[in-house]
Amino acid sequence: MKLTVEQVRHVATLARLSLTSEEETRYAEQLSAILDAVNQLQELDVSGVEPTSHATLASSLLREDVSRPSLPPEKSLANAPAKVGTSFAVPKILE
Amino acid sequence: MQLTDLTLLELAAKLASRETSSVEATQACLARIAQVDGKVKAFLRLDEHGALAAAEASDARRKDGNPLGPLDGVPVAVKDIFLTEGVETTCASRILEGFVPPYDATSVRLLKEAGLPILGKLNQDEFAMGSSNESSAFGPCHNPWDLTRTPGGSSGGSAAALAAREVFGTLGTDTGGSIRQPAALTNTVGLKPTYGRVSRYGVISYASSLDAPGPMARTVGDVAALLQVLARHDPLDSTSAPADVPDYLADLEHGVAGLRLGVPREYFVEGMDPEVEASVRAALKEYERLGATLVDLSLPHTKYALAAYYLIAPAEASSNLARYDGVRYGHRARDTKGLKDMYGLTRDQGFGPEVKRRIMLGTYALSAGYYDAYYLRAQKVRTLIREDFAKAFTQVDAVVTPTSPVPAFKLGEKVNDPLSMYLMDVCTLPCNLAGLPGLSLPCGFTKAGLPIGLQLMGRPFDEAKLLRIARAFEREHDYVRRQAPI
Repeated sequence: MKLTVEQVRHVATLARLSLTSEEETRYAEQLSAILDAVNQLQELDVSGVEPTSHATLASSLLREDVSRPSLPPEKSLANAPAKVGTSFAVPKILE
Repeated sequence: MQLTDLTLLELAAKLASRETSSVEATQACLARIAQVDGKVKAFLRLDEHGALAAAEASDARRKDGNPLGPLDGVPVAVKDIFLTEGVETTCASRILEGFVPPYDATSVRLLKEAGLPILGKLNQDEFAMGSSNESSAFGPCHNPWDLTRTPGGSSGGSAAALAAREVFGTLGTDTGGSIRQPAALTNTVGLKPTYGRVSRYGVISYASSLDAPGPMARTVGDVAALLQVLARHDPLDSTSAPADVPDYLADLEHGVAGLRLGVPREYFVEGMDPEVEASVRAALKEYERLGATLVDLSLPHTKYALAAYYLIAPAEASSNLARYDGVRYGHRARDTKGLKDMYGLTRDQGFGPEVKRRIMLGTYALSAGYYDAYYLRAQKVRTLIREDFAKAFTQVDAVVTPTSPVPAFKLGEKVNDPLSMYLMDVCTLPCNLAGLPGLSLPCGFTKAGLPIGLQLMGRPFDEAKLLRIARAFEREHDYVRRQAPI
């Protein structure tokens, strides 16, 4: 399965990655080779087979809905690249 | 004999009898690290002050007659994927450079509560994506048995630090073989516990349905002792299993007489190194001599495991790694034009090539139009692989295979060929897809002096039996006493 540079660019947009043109070309080749290899799954008949999303869990586990302490703001913000008061700061979204 | 040549349990015994102190052991490790780690590069960073303070506290408890547990005072180190409060944690990625976690991973907390000083953070593949430790943003780790070769990955630093006798025990994580393959390539023992046996809380996520933290050490007994500290239900991890925890050292010496060991023909793959195959076959004969019955098995969907894994793991990774956006922690690109540009450039600058490749692959496999053909189909194949194992375990107590199809390869040999690198996990990753426990132990050396590993896989939560089977082989050989020439 051959992936085009345009498809790679589209996937990079979905993945929020700004690739260089050299990276786009390289990933088009490498991802095509990997997809060729994983395409062997298409030869199996999986009709009627249930998917396994977790190997050992029968169902999702829910804990009691009770409040408990969380990280204080100064700890939550300690690693922030930029902050304003008790908020994370990000570049402007609207002009 | 140097203090650092002791096994973890031997050191624990000397601490208990006051023949040595935790401070002496910790200083011996630090001296050994200073001596050899410039060549091995197993450590990304040391916490000398924290480790020595913990060692002093351990010695004080011992003096007062109140040790916290049987391993109180034994120095260990952890892969850089485990969060350590107050100690930088990068997961070997530029995107997390400078990140100082505000809390400990549960496994780290348990080690501290048991009194084990933590020497520092160990090298690994970036975000645990790799089989050679070469995708680390801070440079590769080297195999102490031959410094021109890889120690395996992704827990390469965890294995190399043990083989270089820099530390007595380590933590690794195993998503597709990342504990077992490096153990095999370095003459050490690594256990991937059953999914859910050891908490994932505070372990930086790669592929959440597959990730399994676990212990690594130089002997089977040492691994059993570490598992005893780590195995417990954790309410902070919704996938942690509320299963009973047995005494892992109790049955260790009970041997294999009467046990049935399955030998799946699909694991002796084309392209396997002949010396690896010969060692594994010899180990099987040894088990027969020790009283086990070998059972010829077929696990017919094995050949599809690699493809299923390399769709499921990247799909989960693409989702998990969405959190690295430059907003709350880690690297942020400068001088960007708005939010989207900041996201894209931050991630392009912060992630290395292997991580980007897997994010791209996962995003593609999950995207509209491809989800059913790739991701959903892979999940169905995962069911078939699980069923193969479930059927096998109606006939046998454990499955025995090679851990890695080849011994340690040269650094740089496969780094530009992702598919060839992915094949390094071919024997280990079915175990992750099925959520089973798996263990690698030394079973020989090549003529060139490179270690070879034997893999044991067991029923869910049957780690005790795997350890017992591994110990039966270990006590017949001196492999664990062989020291890497460094």
